[in-house]
Amino acid sequence: MVNLIWFLLLLAGFAAAAWQGNIGLVTQAAFAGANKSVSLIISLAGVLMLWLGVLALLEQSGLLAKLGRFFAPLLHRLFPELPADSPAFSGIVLNFCANLLGLGNAATPFGLQAMQELQRLNPRPDTASNSMITLLLLNTSAVTLLPTTVIALRSSAGSANPAEIVGLCILSSAFGLAVGLLAHTLCRRLGRGR
Amino acid sequence: MAEIVLELSQWAIPLFLILAPLYALFKGVDVYNVFCEGAAKGFALLVQILPFLLGMLIAIEVFSVSGAMQLVLGWLEPWANRLGLPPDILPLAVLRSLSGSGALALCSQILETHGPDSFVGRLATTMQGSTDTTFYVLTVYFGSVGVLRYRHALAVGLLADLAAFAAAFWLCSMVWG
Repeated sequence: MVNLIWFLLLLAGFAAAAWQGNIGLVTQAAFAGANKSVSLIISLAGVLMLWLGVLALLEQSGLLAKLGRFFAPLLHRLFPELPADSPAFSGIVLNFCANLLGLGNAATPFGLQAMQELQRLNPRPDTASNSMITLLLLNTSAVTLLPTTVIALRSSAGSANPAEIVGLCILSSAFGLAVGLLAHTLCRRLGRGR
Repeated sequence: MAEIVLELSQWAIPLFLILAPLYALFKGVDVYNVFCEGAAKGFALLVQILPFLLGMLIAIEVFSVSGAMQLVLGWLEPWANRLGLPPDILPLAVLRSLSGSGALALCSQILETHGPDSFVGRLATTMQGSTDTTFYVLTVYFGSVGVLRYRHALAVGLLADLAAFAAAFWLCSMVWG
């Protein structure tokens, strides 16, 4: 699936540029994309390493496991495949809370830590597990109490009330998340039937 | 309400940074050493993610810059018009799931043309703030553990985006329309 999408994006770009008689665009775009990925990783690097250092402290001191056991009953409905003592729960909770507070660059390291734990329980390591897809939905829907980037954007554009959209953002993402989770559950049921 | 959340999110990280080592010291953990070992794992993770991100960003950049995205937008436009969607909103809706920096740039351009307190400006920022960049999140998260078969992850992720945009459009029309 991802093979096809990746190739189709490239092919569509190639065809469109060729058809317009401006094939040079493809070269430019490919180099720009390559550079962008490296600058993104570098901009992520310091903060990611910082948080994984802090996470290691939580893990070694046993706090991470405690946190996970505390929240496992709450999250069990969303992640029915996970055993109640799974260390993934603590990463999932921290990831969700960081997203909720609008701390995007702290959310990613916690989320990636949870992914590592989920991968440990994954029977097919090259294939996404149901729990992984749920975690991704929680992240792409980005339910956040404080969408800082957007508020800053509105405020710098001279809005009279930059934060007036916050309530609508929360409602819209919550609705998106609900639809996504519902579709995920349906796909999961259908998959089991086969 | 907004002030409380802002205050809370300002305190969250400093408290976290001080309480984690404090508790670990209490438990007799080698704090500095363990912290650095954790950070080293973070570095390995970045190296693991980079090739996937590189591949995906090249494809997305080629698609959106070459004019292919313009073609897709052209096909979608009549449908968007029929739904009463303002013409400047459609490109943002398509780009939002593909490219985080691209969507942000487009959104700020919309605010410049229409003003942040116009209907289009409000709708654009509500959409911008109601989802994250699905392609980016999938690439980074799956890349970090080497998962190559996404199953229905992309489909449900994009469906969630679409639902969030529809909700944003409906809500904004109700409140400011």
